Amino acid sequence: MSQRVIATDYEIVIGLEIHVQLLTDSKMFCECATAFGAPPNTQTCPVCLGLPGALPVINRKAVELGLRTAVALGCRVHGTSQFHRKNYYYPDLPKNYQITQYEYKIHPPLGTKGSLELTADTSPRRIGIRRVHLEEDTGKLVHVEQHGQILHSLIDFNRSGVPLMEVVTEPDLRSPEQARLFLGRLRSLLQAIGVSSGRMEEGSLRCDANLSLRRPGAELGIRTEVKNMNSLRSVERALAFEAQRQEQLLDRGRPVGQETRHWDERRGVTFSSRTKEEAQDYRYFPEPDLVPIAVGKQWIDEVRASLPELPDARRQRYASAYGLSPYDAGLVTSSMPLAIFFEATVGHYPQAKTVANWLAGDVAAYLNAEGLEIEETALTPNHLAELLRLVDAGTISIRTAKEILPEMLRTGANAEQLVADRGLAQISDTAAVGSVIDQIIAEHPGPASDFRGGKTQALTFLVGQVMKKTRGRANPELVNRLLREKLQP
Amino acid sequence: MDLVRACLDRIDAVDARVHAFLSVDGSSALDAARHWDARRADANALPLLAGLPIAIKDIICSQGLPTTCGSRILEGWRPPYDATVITRLREAGAIVIGKTNLDEFAMGSSTENSAFGPTRNPWDLARVPGGSSGGSAAAVSADMVPLALGTDTGGSVRLPAAFTGIVGFKPTYGRVSRYGLVAFASSLDQIGPLARTVADAALLLQVIAGRDPRDSTSAELPVPDYSASLPGGVKGMKIGIPREAIGVGLQREVNDAVLAAARVLEQAGASLIEVSLPTIEYAVPTYYILAPSEASANLARYDGVKYGLRVRTPDIHAMYTRTRGEGFGTEVKRRIMLGTYALSAGFYEGFFLKAQQVRTLVRKDFTVAFGSVDLVLMPVAPTVAFKLGEKAHDPLQMYLTDIYTIPVNLAGLPGISVPCGSADGLPIGLQLIGKPFDEATVLRAAYAYEQATDWHTRRPPLDGNAGTRERGNAARGTQDVGR
Repeated sequence: MSQRVIATDYEIVIGLEIHVQLLTDSKMFCECATAFGAPPNTQTCPVCLGLPGALPVINRKAVELGLRTAVALGCRVHGTSQFHRKNYYYPDLPKNYQITQYEYKIHPPLGTKGSLELTADTSPRRIGIRRVHLEEDTGKLVHVEQHGQILHSLIDFNRSGVPLMEVVTEPDLRSPEQARLFLGRLRSLLQAIGVSSGRMEEGSLRCDANLSLRRPGAELGIRTEVKNMNSLRSVERALAFEAQRQEQLLDRGRPVGQETRHWDERRGVTFSSRTKEEAQDYRYFPEPDLVPIAVGKQWIDEVRASLPELPDARRQRYASAYGLSPYDAGLVTSSMPLAIFFEATVGHYPQAKTVANWLAGDVAAYLNAEGLEIEETALTPNHLAELLRLVDAGTISIRTAKEILPEMLRTGANAEQLVADRGLAQISDTAAVGSVIDQIIAEHPGPASDFRGGKTQALTFLVGQVMKKTRGRANPELVNRLLREKLQP
Repeated sequence: MDLVRACLDRIDAVDARVHAFLSVDGSSALDAARHWDARRADANALPLLAGLPIAIKDIICSQGLPTTCGSRILEGWRPPYDATVITRLREAGAIVIGKTNLDEFAMGSSTENSAFGPTRNPWDLARVPGGSSGGSAAAVSADMVPLALGTDTGGSVRLPAAFTGIVGFKPTYGRVSRYGLVAFASSLDQIGPLARTVADAALLLQVIAGRDPRDSTSAELPVPDYSASLPGGVKGMKIGIPREAIGVGLQREVNDAVLAAARVLEQAGASLIEVSLPTIEYAVPTYYILAPSEASANLARYDGVKYGLRVRTPDIHAMYTRTRGEGFGTEVKRRIMLGTYALSAGFYEGFFLKAQQVRTLVRKDFTVAFGSVDLVLMPVAPTVAFKLGEKAHDPLQMYLTDIYTIPVNLAGLPGISVPCGSADGLPIGLQLIGKPFDEATVLRAAYAYEQATDWHTRRPPLDGNAGTRERGNAARGTQDVGR
């Protein structure tokens, strides 16, 4: 992978800022609905339109979801935390300030100093969580274009005021792959605790990344902020590109400019969108329209008690109860839907290790290649279990199973039907296999006599020939046994 | 209906000279009066303010009526919703007769900063009525309405009440909902009543006070019966007079009138105690950091994108700067710049944060004083009403008009202004300040003072009939309408 090439010279340092739309029915500071996809400006009121005189009121449910996250990430939850105004002009921001939380020592955000463990392919690694805070989303600009020119812009305020949670990591990630794994793990945590749908394509989970390079052990380098990455895969791709871009600059003795860069998924590049050299002064100050959020110990205890099994605990349970390898357990718990899929499959087909092997192997490879999540494929736990049973029964070979799996993932076809329709069933009939073997022995007298003469490796060649002739459908065990019998001296 | 018509007639007769109103909605007011007239047969079922006309400072949102905030930038804007106080007034039967003039976005002490021209003091048309609720005060003082609402961020209800010889009351911060009050400085703004008598002010406060779930900063506290508590008298009450507020730095007649008023209360049974508020001398500079800072954010929304004035330009940056450049007046721009500066990186700690710390000290001063007294008494303003233009080009002098009122906003306390004398034919105001949410004691003392004196019965010599009109409290007026 790309980062391995770089790792010899530079260390990659990545920190993530993840914006999460919270699963609340109403907005952060008013009673308007948050449902996705409503006609423009139908879910608005004086508060989220920023009309003169309107005042915000904190949505308790949003605070609770923020609290669930802070507790699940092992954050220090602050007894009182405060909202701030972040001042900047932008037409999608109706008040021209955003109500958000700011890292200020006397007015802390909801939670600080948490962590999440990353079980990558190597050793486990704790990724620090700098803070968890709440804020309101902005509206959305729609540019009306003609011949590539913007005629005018419209604003949809439905999204204005939708509750957002921001999770900021410490710069603890060391590769684009780790960034992807971390984001997947965080997402599965947020799904597990009912905080977020985790749908990156709908924008309900958005990730910005800060990336810099340094010589190992040296001071942090100048970072760029990468935005507009809309899937786990694009996070990895964008950061790999960005790391390489910075490396090339540094190798040529050129400085990395501190700037914001956008990821272009289609072209596979990042491009500069605005320089951060003259860092914007947001003039944060405490929001006088809101009283501080008070979180008592009792509330924290209630939240802690109400948390379901977290992915970390689930991973450990899978490892011990099902005997899964750490890698397999980590993989099948990397997203909540995948874990649910795993358990459902095991319900139909109890050999959990086999199920995990398939999910971590061929299924994961397919998902990676296609940039999909398990719930976005057509595969059902029932169908996967059926496929594995066909293998066990000897009806199809593993090779055949691997061949038809992508189609099952793509179309939702069931394995039995596919095997029947295409005549893929394994040939286990002794007579049929026997006659093919006779032919092969006749066609390859040399290897046959070699085997008889004691060169056991000649058998492998003959088995291969039989499989080739039957297009892989002959039962390999049977082929082996019959060949040995027929070549008996 | 007679009352509404009388008010409309009076507005017609004198407001061309006073310019208290920015808009008058006569036909809706008459419709509402007709509605209440039809129900007066059952007088007991009438709500508290049934049929009473009221003027509203044009910074409080009222559905369908223009709400300009005295600014070009909101000229023509009609809010699609009612402020909570308007909802409560309508439910109580009050009739909104029109919207009154003010300093632009309530920033000023003279009502000269209105984009639509100044309001004049009914006592002397060459003088200012005080501000920023100058229109509401002048409308009550000149008998155009019996009641009005103003807003008070640094004295904007109390100062114009003092300058126009009426009662103006700023309740405790959090007592009255700010929902629908267009924000100037959110941590200081408070809506308050303006009336001719303490009893009327108490009645109006009764209607607008109380917790509002739409305003997180409104207090979850019961609202006592203010009218019932008025006649209790001041016997045994301890009234503190801050040594920092008396003697120097104010007009001699004002000083004398305020001390005379203190003696009136003493004669009525209160004891006078000297107290000290050592940090109030820092109140004005503190206020002029905090209020503009909040204003700089509150006023950022007027950008030409969504409502109000838009100066059309090819690009959005120019639209922002030209809309705001042409839409805001000088004082508003000055305060936005002050606030933006005080919040900027590198200045935040030295200005905004420091000012917040001083604010805490001012609050502490009052807390200490209230350890030994029930009320604090001091002037409302250092002088009587000044001439139009006199301080218009000297913002610092203008700001110092509010030295006695600003500390009360910083501490969030209830403070009332009642007429207590006159100098050169111009009214003087007495300020009584109470403990947090103890509006009842403030009203009781003010009422006792009012009963013992006749300053509140004096009317401005606006025209020949000013002295002949029947005066009395508005509540009685309602019942007259009812009968």
